[in-house]
Amino acid sequence: MSAPTAGRARVRRNSEPAVPKSVRRRRRLRTLPVYAVLWLIGVFMVTPLLYALVSGFKSTKQLSGNTFGLPSPWVTSNYTSLLGSSDFWRSLGSSAVIAVAATVLTVATAALAAFALARFAFRGREVVFTLFTMGLMFPFAVAILPLFILLRTFGLLDNPWGVILPEAAFGLPVTIIILRGFFREIPGELEEAATLDGCSRFGFFWRILLPLARPALGTVSVLAIVSSWNQFLLPLLVFSEPTWWTIPVGIQQFQGQYAADVARIFAYLVLAMVPALAFYAVAERQLIGGITLGATKG
Amino acid sequence: MWGTGRSPGDPAVPTGGPARAPVLHRVRDWLSAFVFTVPALTLFGLLVLVPMGYAGYISFFNWGGFGSLTDAVGFDNYTRLFKDPVFLGDLWRGGLLIGLSVVLQLPFALAVAVLLNQKLRGRAVYRMLFFAPYILSEVITGVLFGMIFAPGDGLADKVLDAVGLGGLGGDWFAGRDTVLPTLFLVMTWKYFGFHMMLYLAGLQGIPAVLHEAARIDGAGSWQRFRHITLPLLAPTLRISVFLSVIYAIQLFDMVWVTTAGGPDHASETMAVSMVQYGFKRFQMGYASAISVVMFLISLVFALAYQRFVLRRDTEGAVTTMRANR
Repeated sequence: MSAPTAGRARVRRNSEPAVPKSVRRRRRLRTLPVYAVLWLIGVFMVTPLLYALVSGFKSTKQLSGNTFGLPSPWVTSNYTSLLGSSDFWRSLGSSAVIAVAATVLTVATAALAAFALARFAFRGREVVFTLFTMGLMFPFAVAILPLFILLRTFGLLDNPWGVILPEAAFGLPVTIIILRGFFREIPGELEEAATLDGCSRFGFFWRILLPLARPALGTVSVLAIVSSWNQFLLPLLVFSEPTWWTIPVGIQQFQGQYAADVARIFAYLVLAMVPALAFYAVAERQLIGGITLGATKG
Repeated sequence: MWGTGRSPGDPAVPTGGPARAPVLHRVRDWLSAFVFTVPALTLFGLLVLVPMGYAGYISFFNWGGFGSLTDAVGFDNYTRLFKDPVFLGDLWRGGLLIGLSVVLQLPFALAVAVLLNQKLRGRAVYRMLFFAPYILSEVITGVLFGMIFAPGDGLADKVLDAVGLGGLGGDWFAGRDTVLPTLFLVMTWKYFGFHMMLYLAGLQGIPAVLHEAARIDGAGSWQRFRHITLPLLAPTLRISVFLSVIYAIQLFDMVWVTTAGGPDHASETMAVSMVQYGFKRFQMGYASAISVVMFLISLVFALAYQRFVLRRDTEGAVTTMRANR
């Protein structure tokens, strides 16, 4: 996203000498308040994050005495002790395993269903689709209590599947809606041609549709990963043993455990933010495309 | 198990004989549709629909969460609900948060979106920055701001003290009257960028010629905003209001990690009450009644909104969607 914009900006700047200097100055003067406002908002957005980062390098005592300044001395033990602790890495691993499994399950089943819902004509198709879209409106919190009882009945408490399966199920609506929209736009002639060449329905789906739908698959996967990564209530209730605690559950427990050692909690928060922000940097386009698509189609 | 080779250039499988009879065709269609949808339907039915129905069933019992359901109490849990000051407070607080979002957060997001829709240096950076908190979990956000708004020692109070406004701070999440505004502030920090992104996508769908034509006709920037931007953005705005409401109905994570509903229920939401009653006091029947009411509120709201507010957008929404591509 940023690369083409930067290119455009450079082109504009090169062509600017054609505009008289006075006009340019007036234009800059007019946009000055706009920049000031954006800067101010930017400061409000960044300060909490920077504050957490810097505070992680202080001792808790420094933190209350020297709130605004840089740490003196820089304390690295908050970060290093976390990076050396198996609890932190285990949480990170659990979050990753659960997110990947839930995403694969959601996207695979949703792609099959979206294919049928987009390209087959069968009785009850719209009913099934409406059922899925209605899932979009069910707040996750609504089902959590009976879900918990159900998982307990099936012995899925303290079991990663107890989180993976419900997350996959609740991810279906938005995934199906986006994929169905995409599958519908692939021209019918393509399918006819494939059928004439002897391609079965599944063959068409697997060899032609899915490769074509790679951007859409990327978008829905990113959405599913983010929502699983940030899920809190479900793992909180399902995992009573720390073995499978995900990052959000880990943070909450850590906060309870080290309530007095604020600097340590800041360090944990920063380390927990890193994977999410790194993922955002990589998958920004899919994420933003996904939320706008999800919103306009839902 | 079937085709593992992805390449479309694979040798074609021999064609399957002459055209089939329409009836057979329809049966085959139905069968393959069934095969394709059944994994998703199973998952969805078993883990979304069944629990939802089960909640309805439990809500008619007095049940601690263990053993069999024997103590049927009819609608008692529901009548109790509407006499429970905590639950009625949940409704009021939910409404308040929705109101604040619609009146403050969304207009703010819209203003920022309009600013960033201009040609500005570094606008990609601003967009990315303003949207970034959306990616963080509510738990991270909540814990972070819980410490920033720590009474006395947190960053917020230190900053206010430093600029001589120390009297303004103090309670934040700890005060009965300040907890909701503080929560709303954090929600805005986290979510305004999300709505901004929706609006930016909508704004890009508005043809620039309209603005140019209006400018030539002498319309000022406010007039252009009021009579071009706002009406053409209306479908996006309605969807963003919808998402805000659904979000407020199920708000849980952020409240749970900052206040767990306190002080004295002043920040409790329906979802928090449900977890408190169900998993802390083991009144599963009553907690189920709360979740059923949450569900009904979402459902009625969604249907009414679709019927009365979104319906007239169908055409407009489709055109903007096309334009966005």
